[in-house]
Amino acid sequence: MSNSSPPDRHRLGRRALVAAAATTFAMPATAATPDPAITTLPDWSQSLGDGVQAHPYGVPSPFEKHVIRRDVEWLTAGQQSSVNFTPIHALDGTITPNGLCFERHHSGVAAVDPDQHRLMIHGMVAKPVVLTMQDLKRLPRSNRIYFLECAANSGMEWRGAQLNGAQFTHGMIHNVQYTGVSLRSVFEALGIDPRAKWVMAEGADAAGLNRSIPLAKAMDDCMLAFAMNGEALRPEQGYPLRLVVPGWQGNMWVKWLRRLKIGDAPWETREETSKYTDLLADGRARRSTFVMDAKSVITSPSPQTAASPKGQMVISGIAWSGRGSVTRVDVSLDGGRNWQAARIDGPVQSLALVRFYADIDWNGQEMLLQSRAQDSTGYLQPSKNDLRKIRGVNSIYHNNGIQTWLLRGDGICENVEVS
Amino acid sequence: MTMLAAMCVNLSAAELPVGRPPLPAEIAAWDIDARPDGQGLPRGQGSVKQGETLYLERCAACHGEFGEGAGRWPELAGGVGTLAHERPFKTVGSYWPHATTAFDYIRRAMPFGQAQSLQSDEIYALVAFILNLNDIVKDDFVASQANLPTIKMPNAAGFYDDDRETAERGFWVATPCMTDCKPPARITGHASAVDVTPDSKTAPKME
Ligand code: HEC
Repeated sequence: MSNSSPPDRHRLGRRALVAAAATTFAMPATAATPDPAITTLPDWSQSLGDGVQAHPYGVPSPFEKHVIRRDVEWLTAGQQSSVNFTPIHALDGTITPNGLCFERHHSGVAAVDPDQHRLMIHGMVAKPVVLTMQDLKRLPRSNRIYFLECAANSGMEWRGAQLNGAQFTHGMIHNVQYTGVSLRSVFEALGIDPRAKWVMAEGADAAGLNRSIPLAKAMDDCMLAFAMNGEALRPEQGYPLRLVVPGWQGNMWVKWLRRLKIGDAPWETREETSKYTDLLADGRARRSTFVMDAKSVITSPSPQTAASPKGQMVISGIAWSGRGSVTRVDVSLDGGRNWQAARIDGPVQSLALVRFYADIDWNGQEMLLQSRAQDSTGYLQPSKNDLRKIRGVNSIYHNNGIQTWLLRGDGICENVEVS
Repeated sequence: MTMLAAMCVNLSAAELPVGRPPLPAEIAAWDIDARPDGQGLPRGQGSVKQGETLYLERCAACHGEFGEGAGRWPELAGGVGTLAHERPFKTVGSYWPHATTAFDYIRRAMPFGQAQSLQSDEIYALVAFILNLNDIVKDDFVASQANLPTIKMPNAAGFYDDDRETAERGFWVATPCMTDCKPPARITGHASAVDVTPDSKTAPKME
C-alpha cells in the first residue's frame, strides 16, 4: 500500500462541516464578455430536428454516450460467464433505467421465445402445475420496487482499494419496479406439503442456474416478475420471467425461470456451496448468507465524475438494506471522524434503494468523502476495517464496508483506503 | 354477494384458475436436479478410467489436463488445506462439501456451451475422474447412484449457517457516533497504485 500526505485535518474536519451546514448561496460571478452560447443562435434553434419516428425506441442523447454498462476484462475468462456494472456514478434519482441495469450471466443471455416458455411447479405439492406466460398474466398482479445487489458487489475491494470508480466498486446494483404475481398466491393454491421447507428455482438458460430458497421467504414476499419499469423484462434480466427475492443476494433471483421444485431440504447447489459462501479467515465458510447488509456509496463526486469546482457542491449517493428500509444516511468529509446527516430525497421503501444528498460549500481543501447507512433494524454500515476484523479478506461476498473517496484539491476523486 | 365473488378472485381459497398438471414425461424431461442425500440422482455408473477419456475430450481444453485450469478458466483440482491461507485455493477437492453437487452442476451446465449433452453414465464417470484428480477416490473407483452421496469430501465440515446477527451484533447501534468518532483518518492505500481499472478505451461503444 502506498502512502500519501494526509489532508490538512484542521481545515478539513470541523470547518468543512460548518461550511456544509450553511444554506446561503454565494454571489454569482460576473461576466466580462457576452457568452456566445447566448449571443449566437445554435443550429438546433433554427433548423428542424428529427421527426417523431427517428427512434421508435428512444435512446439517450449522444452527449450521454459515456453512460453505459462497462466490464472489467481481466475479471473473467470470457463474456458469457461474466459481469458488467451499472454506471451509478452518472445516474440520479432512485430508479435504474432498464438498459443500464448490470448484467451477470453464467452461460450468456438466453434468447427465450415467450410463447415457448413454461414454468413448472412440482415436488412436494398436491397439485403440480405447468404455466404459460399467458397463464401467469391472467393472475392478480402487483407492482413493487426493489433493489437487487449481487453478493459479490465490492468483492474486489476486500484487500484494499483496487478499482477507481463507483461503477466498478459498487455497480452490481440496480433498483427497478417489478410487475408480477406474488409467489405465495400461487403456492397457496397448489397444496404445499406441510413438511416442505425449501424451493429450488431453476433457469432455462444454458447454465440451468439453480438455487435453494427457504419456503418461508417464498411465502413472504417473492414474486414471479414479467415486467420491469413498466415494460417487459430485458433479455439480460431474465425475459420473459424472473424470480424476485427482495433484499436477498442477486444470484437467487433466478432469470429465465422455468422450474420451481418444492422440497424438504436445500439442494446445496454449486451456486450455494462453491460460490456464494463466505470464506472467513479461519478457513471455515458461512453459508446461506442470503440477506444483503445495509450499504451506501457516494456516487458523485466519485473517481469517474468530472472535476468538481470549488464552492457550492452536491454530494449525491445511494443507500439500501436487505433487512428493511434505510432510516438514515450520514456523510463524512474527513474520512469518518465527523459525520453529518444527509438528506434523503425521493421514496423511502422497504428493500428499495434511496437517494441521499449533502449540499456543501467546498473550500477546495482535500476531503475524504464517506457515507454510512443505517436501516430500520438499527444495523449501521460498518467501516471496511471493522468488517475485515470479523470476516478477514477472503470472503469475496458481502463487502458492505464504508467507501472512501479522496477529493483532491484539483476536484478529482480517487478510491482510497483510510485508517 | 355472488357478484362480488365473481369479481374478486381470492386465489388462496380456490384452485389455481390457470395452468394444467404436468405429464410424467414432462417432469422427467426437466427434473435434472440432484441433492446431497442422493434424491434426484439417476440410475447409472461410470469409472475413473472412462471419465479420464471423456474429460480429455470434452473438458480439458478449459479446465486443464489435471484440473489446473487453462488460462483464466476455473480450476477443478488442488488446494486441499489452503482455505485458511492468505491466498486460499478453492476447488471441487478443497472446498466443495458434496460430490453430488458436481453431478448436479455438470449435468446442467457443462461442457460450457454444450449443456445437457452428457448421458448419466458419462456424468458419473466425469465426477469419478474429478474426484480422482483430487485424490479423494482411488484409480479403480466407479461412481454410481448408490455411492456418490456417501463420498466424504475433505471440506464437508467447513460450512456453517449465516450467523451475522450474533457474530456481528456490534454492527447494530442505537445512536450512531457523529463527532470525533476516531482519530484523524490517514490514507493507507490508493486504487491508483494498483491501477487495474479499465480505461475508457476499453469501454464498449454505444450504438
Ligand atoms: C469452453 C470452456 C469449458 C469447457 C469445455 C468445460 N468447462 Fe467447466 N467451466 C467453464 C466455466 C466458464 C465455468 C464457470 C461457469 C460459471 O461460473 O458460471 C466452469 C465451471 C465448471 C465447474 C465448477 C467449478 C467451480 O469451482 O465452481 C465444474 C465442476 C466444471 N466446470 C466441470 C466441467 C466438466 C466435467 C467439463 C467437461 C464435460 C467441463 N467443465 C467443460 C468452462 C468450461
